[in-house]
Amino acid sequence: MSQIGSYALPVLLAAVLLHGLYKRVPVFDAFLNGAATGLQTAVRLLPTLVGMLTAVAMLQTSGAVELLATALAPVASLIGLPAEVLPLALIHPVSGSGATAVLADLLHRFGPDSVIGNVASVMCGSGETTLYAVTVYYGSCGVTRTRHTLVSALAADCAVAVLSGIGVRLLLA
Amino acid sequence: MLNVIWAALMVAAVVCGIATGRIEQVSNAVFSGASEAVSVWITLLSMLVMWGGMTEIMECSGLSAAIGRALAPLVRRLMPELRDRPKACTAVALSLAANMLGLGNAATPLGLKAMKELHAANGGSAIAGNSMVTFVVLCSVSVQLIPTGVAALRAGCGSASPMAIMPAVWFASAGALVVGVGLSRMLAGRFTAA
Repeated sequence: MSQIGSYALPVLLAAVLLHGLYKRVPVFDAFLNGAATGLQTAVRLLPTLVGMLTAVAMLQTSGAVELLATALAPVASLIGLPAEVLPLALIHPVSGSGATAVLADLLHRFGPDSVIGNVASVMCGSGETTLYAVTVYYGSCGVTRTRHTLVSALAADCAVAVLSGIGVRLLLA
Repeated sequence: MLNVIWAALMVAAVVCGIATGRIEQVSNAVFSGASEAVSVWITLLSMLVMWGGMTEIMECSGLSAAIGRALAPLVRRLMPELRDRPKACTAVALSLAANMLGLGNAATPLGLKAMKELHAANGGSAIAGNSMVTFVVLCSVSVQLIPTGVAALRAGCGSASPMAIMPAVWFASAGALVVGVGLSRMLAGRFTAA
């Protein structure tokens, strides 16, 4: 399966180049033009990333996630989610690297094929880091008022948390 | 909104750090977080330059327009505002295609390019347009057909079947997609652009 993944990108690259040459596009000139535009986008993004990722790093070391997870434990049992995966459900929308670290820890402690391991894996496999997507996507074009983006995206994250518990019970039992 | 969230994250970190006695770690995180952000940025920078170049080739050769035409019905369904904005429509279609194929690294640059087109279609306003909201929600849910990263981690921990989670991942992401995109359309009237 993962084999398919490693073919996709190089084959796609070759196909794009061959198609470009066939259509008589000056491929390297075009590449340089587009790459320069990409560089401009990247430069705009640096302040956004430093500001947001620093805040996330501070929050992660502060113990806030554990506090919130303890407070929310009754809710977890209500929706049929193992309490051990709550910290992951909280960190997943905020930090991608944080979620990976929590997942690795859960897989080591409870085993990758346990219920906890499976629910945590499904949660991590579904969806990008919401906060990262919102800040980077809007930051790149200078939009400051995001309206109902966060409400909708965080509702989707809640759905992931609830559905990963249900999905594991239905499809992996 | 982001102003409030950003400030709330930092203030919560400081308050919790004091309450849990971890203020020293929080203090260190100010520096380590910032430098970690720069290394994340460098990865993103290389991807933006590389894929910015490749998509320009696809644009010149007409390949992106072809993909855009193929996916246009889907995009117009999700974002009716883009009916007469072929450029934005194409950019969104390309980014969705990369997402579905699991080309994570290519998907972000394509997504940012799509945002640029959506921003232009929205008259360059600092307030997000409806299609921008739906698009960002789509990207944050990002249905991954093959969850390679998680599967690799599971395999590393000695899982008997690292890929067994796939049907459950599809189930959870499909549900999240319906909730997120559905809300992004339904709430559009409540959060007016004014």
